[in-house]
Amino acid sequence: MYFDSLSAALSMDGHGAYVWSAYAISLLVLALLVRAPLRRQRAFLRQLAGEQKRLRQGPTAKTEVN
Amino acid sequence: MTMWSFFHKLGSPPWLYRISGKILQWLLPITVVLLAVGAIWGLLYAPADFRQGNSYRIIYFHVPASVVALAGYYIMATAGAVSLIWKMKMADVAMKACAPIGAALTFIALVTGSIWGKPTWGTWWVWDARITSMLILLFLYLGVVALYEAYDNKEAAGKACAVLSLVGMVNIPIIYKSVDWWYSLHQPASIKFTGESTIDPSMLYPLLWMIVTFYALFTCCLLMNMRAELLEREARTNWVKKLALENRS
Repeated sequence: MYFDSLSAALSMDGHGAYVWSAYAISLLVLALLVRAPLRRQRAFLRQLAGEQKRLRQGPTAKTEVN
Repeated sequence: MTMWSFFHKLGSPPWLYRISGKILQWLLPITVVLLAVGAIWGLLYAPADFRQGNSYRIIYFHVPASVVALAGYYIMATAGAVSLIWKMKMADVAMKACAPIGAALTFIALVTGSIWGKPTWGTWWVWDARITSMLILLFLYLGVVALYEAYDNKEAAGKACAVLSLVGMVNIPIIYKSVDWWYSLHQPASIKFTGESTIDPSMLYPLLWMIVTFYALFTCCLLMNMRAELLEREARTNWVKKLALENRS
């Protein structure tokens, strides 16, 4: 490691706040970027599966009520 | 496999969905490892810069994000041109998938640049040619995202976005040349393909590592965005319905 101690790595001679926040913001944006399509896809497939199920059960459920 | 059958398959949504799933299974975990190693390398193991001290470590996100944000624009505009000229639907899907990724990368480039600017130049922001042209790049990407949503007719939306991204190509050489054409606070490129790079190998290797990482990340996000889009466009087809039911169980 380049730094002698953990506190030296955190402070980075006064530049720590800049460097660490730049890394944290970047990683956060990247994480959101990766998560968005995965969530979108999961939500869509779940919704479609629900519709399929309703379509299949729809007519039988109605006849039972009548 | 001949060239033609490859292109034919490339236009087939279920094939692309399946093959991209297989690629992502490997590429996504590899990218996460690349990113973790690169970030730790840049943060803790690369030496400090003799003039800028430790603040220069921001380069390991700033430069790769900027490089791939620009490369992503080429990909988006090329996909837009292909969809305009040959009416290839997959190109339209790819173009739409590029826009939010490019916007996120440009945002990272601007924010990390701003944070880097404070200890180095003493200011968060200047209306300098490089920075302003990158801000325009962000607006171009966001413009494509917004324009797509603005139309109900998705075919018309695709055409409008393709035209916007092609017109926006004007901005790309301006970004590249901005540090040479105008007096700028922004430093010129340290990595050169012709001639000696002005950066030490101990700093260059983690930087190259991170550039590769960001390209891998772009590929992952592009494929994932395309997959999500493909499913929604193909919602009425049997392969998607089957997939939804399989996914449930």
